[in-house]
Amino acid sequence: MPLWDWDYAFSILPDLLLALVTTIEITVLGSVVALLLGLVFAVIRRARIPVLDQILWAFIEIVRSTPLLVQVFFLFFALPRLGITLSAFVIGVVGLGVHYATYTSEVYRAGIDAVPKGQWEAAAALSLPRSRVWTGVVLPQAIPRVLPALGNYVISMFKEVPLLLAIGVVEVVNAGREIGSATFRYVEPYTIAGVLFLLLSYPASLLVRRLERRSVRT
Amino acid sequence: MIVFDGVEKRFGSTVVLRDLDFTVAPGEHVTLIGPSGSGKTTILRLLMTLEKVNAGSITVGGDSLSHAPNEKALSAVRRRIGMVFQQFNLFPNMTVRGNLVEGPTRVLGLSKDEADSRAADLLELVGLADRIDAHPTQLSGGQQQRVAIARALAMRPSVLLLDEVTSALDPELVAGVLALLRDLGETTDITFLCVTHEMGFARDFSHRVMMFDGGRVIEDAPPERLFTAPEHERTQTFLQAVLRH
Amino acid sequence: MSDLPQILSVLGDGLPDTILATLGGIVLTVVLAFGAGLLLLSPRTWVRGITRVYVEGFRGTSEVVQLFWIYFVLPVIVGYQLVPLVAGIAVLGLNHGAYGAEIVRGAIRSVPRAQYEGAVALNLSPAQRMRRVILPQALVEILPPLNNLFIQLLKSTAVLALITVPEVTRQAREVLIPNFGDDTFLIFGVVFVIYLVLAAAITLVMRLLERWAAGRLGRRPVKADPLEAV
Repeated sequence: MPLWDWDYAFSILPDLLLALVTTIEITVLGSVVALLLGLVFAVIRRARIPVLDQILWAFIEIVRSTPLLVQVFFLFFALPRLGITLSAFVIGVVGLGVHYATYTSEVYRAGIDAVPKGQWEAAAALSLPRSRVWTGVVLPQAIPRVLPALGNYVISMFKEVPLLLAIGVVEVVNAGREIGSATFRYVEPYTIAGVLFLLLSYPASLLVRRLERRSVRT
Repeated sequence: MIVFDGVEKRFGSTVVLRDLDFTVAPGEHVTLIGPSGSGKTTILRLLMTLEKVNAGSITVGGDSLSHAPNEKALSAVRRRIGMVFQQFNLFPNMTVRGNLVEGPTRVLGLSKDEADSRAADLLELVGLADRIDAHPTQLSGGQQQRVAIARALAMRPSVLLLDEVTSALDPELVAGVLALLRDLGETTDITFLCVTHEMGFARDFSHRVMMFDGGRVIEDAPPERLFTAPEHERTQTFLQAVLRH
Repeated sequence: MSDLPQILSVLGDGLPDTILATLGGIVLTVVLAFGAGLLLLSPRTWVRGITRVYVEGFRGTSEVVQLFWIYFVLPVIVGYQLVPLVAGIAVLGLNHGAYGAEIVRGAIRSVPRAQYEGAVALNLSPAQRMRRVILPQALVEILPPLNNLFIQLLKSTAVLALITVPEVTRQAREVLIPNFGDDTFLIFGVVFVIYLVLAAAITLVMRLLERWAAGRLGRRPVKADPLEAV
C-alpha cells in the first residue's frame, strides 16, 4: 500500500474543506464573543465594584487556569441538567468564546492601563460624561495598542476548535477522523487537516506580527 | 468666587493640606508658589474634583463643590472650572478641531456648527487658526499647550486653573504661551488660579501671590510686596533660591 | 455529596498520568525551547531556517492535529506505535517547545549588547559567554512567560484524553459522567479544583525559580507581560 495516495487525497479534499468552513464559522463567532465579552469584563473590573469585582476576578482566574476541554465538557453535560439544551456547535462557540474572553480581558486591561492618567484627567476637566470618556478618549487609545495581542488570541482560538470534536462538532479534524475510519486510511485526512491549519494560521500570524511592528513604531 | 474653608487633604498618612482657608474674588488672578510637595497642585486637583477633601469645604460661585448634593449639582459647579495641564493632555485620537468641540458638543449641548465656529474663533485667538485639522502629534509643545488653553476656554469657564503650564515646554516656546495668558488675563474676567515657577510671569500677571509650604499658606500678598519685601523667612529663602536662576 | 469519596478515587487514578504528562512535557519543552531558541540565533542561515520550520510548523498547526498525527499517522509511516502517554508527552513537548523557543530567543536578544561585548573583551569563549553572562541575565526574562507556558501545557494535558490516555479529564468523561450523572456539578467542581491546585503548584515553583534567578543578578523578580500572547 502506498504511503500517500494522491487520488484519495483529492477525493476527500471537498469534504475536509466543507468541515473547514465550520471551523472558521466557530472561530469567527467565538472571536466575536471573546472580543466583546472580554471588553465588558475589563471595563467592569476597572469600575472596582466591591462584591462584583471579586466574583469576576475569581471567575476569570478559574476559567483561565483550567483546561478548555473540561469547560466544554462541563457545558455539554451540565447544561442539560439545568434544562438548557444547546447544540454542540453553540456550546462550542460559547465555551471557546468565554474561555478566550478571560484572556482578552487581561489584554484589554493592560491596554487601558497604558493610557496615560493625564487623558482621564483632561476628560474630567472637560466634565465629559463617563460613557464618553470611555468611548471617545480611552478605548480609542487603548484598543489599537493591543490589536496584535488580540489577533494572536483569535489565531489561537482557531487552532483550538478541533477540541470540539470531543462533543461531536464536525469540524475539520473530526471530518478527517470520520473519513479515515471509513477507509482505514488516516494519513491523508490528518495530514491535509494539518496543512489546512498551517495555510490559514501562518499567514495570519505574519499579518499580526506586521501589525505589531507597526504599532511599536507609532 | 472660590472659598476654601478649613480644608484638609491627606494621602495615606501624609497630610498635604492642613486647615486651609482662603478666598479668591471673581476675576482675581492668584498665583501659588512654593517648593514641591507643598500642596499647591493638590489645591488645583481638589478644585477639579480629581481628589476629594478629607475635611473642610470648597465652594465655587456660592455653590458647594466638595459637598454637592448630587452628581448633577456637582457637574453644574465643576463645569464653571477649566484646567490646563503641564503635559497638555490633548486627545491624540482626535484632531485639534475634535479636541476643541468635544466638550462644547458633549457637555454644553452646542450644535456642531456652533461648536465649530467657537473653535475657529478660539484658535484665531491663540494664533493657530490654520492648524485646526492637524493632529496633536504634529504640533510643537508650545502649540499643543495653546490648543489646550483654547480647549479649556471653549467651555467658557469662570475659573481657569493653570498647573505649571510652561514647565514641560522648551524655553523658547514658554514666552509665547505666557504672552497668550497675559492677554487672556487682560481681555477676559476669568478668575485665574496658577501654579508656576515662572516668577516674572507671576509678578506681571497676578493680583495676589500665595506662598505655600508644608500644606499651609505662609504668606499672601500682592506681587509687588511679596517679591520685593517678603515678610516670612521661608518666603525669602525660597525666592532667593528660585530667582537666582 | 455521598459519592465524593468515589469521585475523588476515580479522579485520583487519573492524577498520575496528568502529572507524568505535565512533567514529561515540561522537561521536553525546556530542552526544545533552549535548544531551538539558541539555534534560532545561529549565524548559519540553514540552521536558523530548519529551526524556523520547526517553530512555525508546530506553532501554526492545531495541537489536536499534531496529537492525532503522531498517534495515528506516524505509526503507519515508521511502523512504530507510540504508547498514548508517550505520544502525548512528545506532542506537548514539541508544541510548547516551539513557543518556548521564541521566548528564549527574545529574552537572549533583549540582553544588552554591552554585556556581550564585555564578555568578548574578557576573552570568554562563545560557550562561556552564553553560560556565564548572557543566559543568567536572559533567564530573568524567560521565567515569567515560561510560567504561563507551563500552565498552558498543564491545561493541554486534558487533550490527551482524546487519544485514550487515562488522565484526570478522561477519567471524568469516561468513568464518572456515565456512572455518576447526578453528581455532574460536583465532578466538574473537583476537576477544576485539581487543575487549579496543579497550576498553583507550578506557579509556586516558578516564582521560587524567578527569585533565585533574580537573586543571582542581585535584582528583584520581573512580572510577566499580559500582552505576550503565547
